[in-house]
Amino acid sequence: MTSTPVLRLSGITKRFGPLVANDAISFELKRGEVIALLGENGAGKTTLMNILFGHYVADEGTVAAFAKPLPPGDPHAALDAGIGMVHQHFTLADNMTVLENIALGTQSLWRPRLDRAAARSRIGQLSADFGLAVDPAATVSSLSVGERQRVEILKALYREARILILDEPTAVLTPAETEALFRTLKLLVAKGLSIIFISHKLHEVMAVSDRVLVLRAGRLAGERETKSTDRKELAALMVGQEVKPAEVTPVQLGAPLLLLDRVSTARHNGAGLDEVSLTLSAGEITGLAGVSGNGQAALAALIAGTRRPTGGSISVAGRAIGDWSPQAALGHGIARIPEDRHAVGTIGDMSVMENVIAERYGSPRFSRMGFLDWKAARAFAEEIIADYDVKCPSPEARIRLLSGGNMQKLILGRALDPEPAVILASQPTRGLDVGAVAYVHRMLLAARERGAAVLLISEDLEEILALSDRIVVMSKGRLSVPSARGERSIRELGELMAGHGGEQAA
Amino acid sequence: MLSHSHLKPLEGNIMRLEPKPAPSLAITLLFPVAAIVATLLLTSLLVLAAGASPLSVFYLVAKGAAGSQFALLETLTRATPLIFTGLAVAVAFRAKLWNIGAEAQLYVGGIVTVVLGTGALPLPSVVLIPVIMLAAMMAGGLLLLGPAVLKTRFGVDEVVTTLLLNFIVLLFVSMLLEGVLKDPMGLGWPQSQKVIAEAQLPRIIQGKRLHYGFVIAIISAIVVWVIMKKTVLGYEMRAVGHNPEGARFVGIPVNRVLMKTALLSGGLAALAGFSEVSGLKGNLTLDLSPGYGYSGIVVAMLAMLNPLGVIASAIFVAGIFVGADAMSRVAKVPSYIADVMVATSLLTMVVAILLTRFRVRWK
Repeated sequence: MTSTPVLRLSGITKRFGPLVANDAISFELKRGEVIALLGENGAGKTTLMNILFGHYVADEGTVAAFAKPLPPGDPHAALDAGIGMVHQHFTLADNMTVLENIALGTQSLWRPRLDRAAARSRIGQLSADFGLAVDPAATVSSLSVGERQRVEILKALYREARILILDEPTAVLTPAETEALFRTLKLLVAKGLSIIFISHKLHEVMAVSDRVLVLRAGRLAGERETKSTDRKELAALMVGQEVKPAEVTPVQLGAPLLLLDRVSTARHNGAGLDEVSLTLSAGEITGLAGVSGNGQAALAALIAGTRRPTGGSISVAGRAIGDWSPQAALGHGIARIPEDRHAVGTIGDMSVMENVIAERYGSPRFSRMGFLDWKAARAFAEEIIADYDVKCPSPEARIRLLSGGNMQKLILGRALDPEPAVILASQPTRGLDVGAVAYVHRMLLAARERGAAVLLISEDLEEILALSDRIVVMSKGRLSVPSARGERSIRELGELMAGHGGEQAA
Repeated sequence: MLSHSHLKPLEGNIMRLEPKPAPSLAITLLFPVAAIVATLLLTSLLVLAAGASPLSVFYLVAKGAAGSQFALLETLTRATPLIFTGLAVAVAFRAKLWNIGAEAQLYVGGIVTVVLGTGALPLPSVVLIPVIMLAAMMAGGLLLLGPAVLKTRFGVDEVVTTLLLNFIVLLFVSMLLEGVLKDPMGLGWPQSQKVIAEAQLPRIIQGKRLHYGFVIAIISAIVVWVIMKKTVLGYEMRAVGHNPEGARFVGIPVNRVLMKTALLSGGLAALAGFSEVSGLKGNLTLDLSPGYGYSGIVVAMLAMLNPLGVIASAIFVAGIFVGADAMSRVAKVPSYIADVMVATSLLTMVVAILLTRFRVRWK
C-alpha cells in the first residue's frame, strides 16, 4: 500500500434546515486502500457520499480528487475525475442488456452506433480480471440481485473509475454473494483502486477494510486502523454508548392464531408465494429470514390484507377467512407494521392525530353519524405520544416532519394499542437508530409475553436470531421447515437463504 | 435524524428547490396577496403596450367590478356559477381526482333543469326547486362517475376522459336544442323553452339580476367546508388525495371514496348549470357558460382548494371579468386583458404556492 492520497475531503459541512447532516468532516483516501464508512442510518454517510459525488452541494468545505479540486454540485466532474458509485438501489435499465447498460452514455452522441465488439471484449477482460462473472448479452431483468450489482461495478470500472464508492452493498446479498464481493474488492485494491465501503454491519467492516471511519450524528466520531480495533470498540463509537441486547424470557406457547394453508399469490415486489403454509401461535415470535425479493413482500402484503391469495386458505383463530382486505385483516385483530413507513405506513401530509386514528376512524370511539370526533382523536393521539414516548411538537404536526424512529413509534402505538392477537412486523427496525431499534424490540417482546403471535420479517439476520422463538427462511416464494431457537447455525440459514436444501414438504 | 426518502431536494441545472417546514398562517395569507400584486405588475406591461396608463386601467377595472351597486351585483351574479364549479374542482382535486369536466357537468345540470322545469312537473316552487336541484346533482355526479370508474377499474386517465366529455356533452346539448328540446316559439334559434315560474329562483333584490343561486352557492361552500373538515368522508378524501397507497393500507376503501368524490364534485358543477338556467337565463342555450367549468379550475387553485376560499377567489375572478368589460368601454384596452389577468394570476399563484413549500437556491 502506498501513501498517495487520491481523495481528500476537507471540512465538509452540510445543513438541512436546523439539522446538521455533516459537521466539518475531513478525511483522506489513499491509493489501494479500503476505507469503511461506518455509522447508524441517519448518521450522515449517504449525505457525505452524495456531496462527494456532486448530488448535493456542501455548505462548507472542499473535495479534491487526485490533488485537483472537484467543482461542487457536478456529478459529471466526479465521474470524469474517476469516481464511480454503486448505489444501494441500482440504476440499471431493466429492459436492456448488460452490455448496453454498461456502455450506455460512454460514447459520443455523434457516433450513433454502439461498437459492440469492442465493448464486449473490454467487459470480458474486466470480468475476468476482477471475478465479476456476468453474461454481457443477458437482459438485466433476468439477472439476480447479486449479478445486477456486478453490472453496476463493471459499469464504474468501464468508465475507468479509480475510486469506487459502494453504498451498503451487502444489504441485498446472500452470505455467499457477500464473500464473492469481498474477493472482488481485494482484487480491485490490488490493482491500485481505492474503495469507500459504506455499511452499518460491523463484521463486514472488520472483514473488508483497512481503515474505519465512524460517523455519528453527522460528526466523525472516530478513525481506527482495522487491525488495531475490534467490533466492540466500533459499536461503542457508532452508538456513543454500550448497547444491551433485548432480554428474552420464556413464554408458554399458546393456541395457533393465524394459519396459512398452501397459500399462493401473484408476484409482488419480487417473487410471489408458492404454496406456503405457516402457523403463527400465541406467545411466539416467528422470524422470517431471507434475501430481499424472495416473497417476503408478497407474504407481508397477504397478511396485511392488501393482496388476496390466488390459492390456498387463510384462517384466523380457527375460522376460515372469506373476503380478504385490509379492513378484514384489522377486523380479525391483525396488527400491521409495514415495511415502508413513508409510502405506506403513514400519510405524510396529514397530522399525527389524523394518522393515529387511520385504522379505526370508523369506530364509534372516533366518529358518530359520519362526523369525526376530533376531540377524541386528539386525546388518543396524546395518549399514544405519551405511552410510546414519541417526540413530536403537537398532535397537529404533519407526520412527515417526524424522524423515522418517532414515526415508527407512532405506527407501533397505532397498531399495538388495541392489543392485537396477531402482529405482522415487516422490517420494523430498518433505518432506525439504535435506541429506537431497542424500543421496537422491547415492544414486540412485550406483545409476545402478553400472548400475541408475532411474525417478524427482517433482512437483518442478527435481529431475527435475537428475537425469534422459531425461524423460517424464505427463498423463491417458498418457506423452509421451521427451526427452533439455536437449532440452525448462521451458515445453515445462509444456505437456506441462497435456496439450497431443506424446502418445505407440501 | 435525517430521513432521505422524504426530504429530497428537487435538483436542476439552474436552481434547486429545498423543502421548507410548514408555512406559518401569516405567510399562507401573504402569498396570495403577493401573487395578485405580481399579476398587476406583469399585466401592466401589456396595458402599456396597448398605449394606456396601467394605473387608470386598473382603477377602471376596480370601479367596473365594485365601484357601484350595479357593478357589485353584476360581479356577484357572475361569481355564482364560478363558486359552484370552483367547489366542484376543489373537492375533486383534494382527492386527486382530476376533474377537468366541470363544463360538461354544468351543461348536464342545465339540461335537467329545462327537462324538469318547463312544465313536466306541475309542483309548487318549494318542492319543484329542490327536486330539480337533486336531479341535476345526480345527473352531474353520474356524468363524472363514468370517468371515475374507468380510472379505478382500468387505469384510464380521467384528465383525458373528463376533458373530452366536455366536447361530447356540448355537442349533445346542440343536438337537443336542434331537436327534442327546441323551443317551437324560438324563431329557429337553438334554444330551449323557458322554465316555468315555479322553477325559477327568485331575485334577491327586485329588478336586479342577482338571484338566490348566489345564496345557495354560499351555503354549498359552507357545507363543503364542513364535509372536508369535520366528516369521515372529508377525512377519507384527503387521505386518498395525499397518499392512495397508504390510505388503502390503513383500510380506507379508496375506490369507493373516489366514487363518492365524483358524485359530489359532478353534483356541485351541475348546480352551476341549474343556477344559471333557473336563476338568470331562464332557458338552455349553447352559450349558457362562457367556460365557467374551466374557470372553476383557476378559482379552485387560487383558493388553494379551500372551500371557503373559493367564495373569495370566485368573486375576484368574476370581478376582473366584469371590471374589464366596463373598462374596455372607456379605455381603449380590449377586455381580453381580463383573460390575461386571470391566467397570470393563476401562474403567480402556482409560483406563490411553490415558494411557501420550497426554498429556491440559485446555482
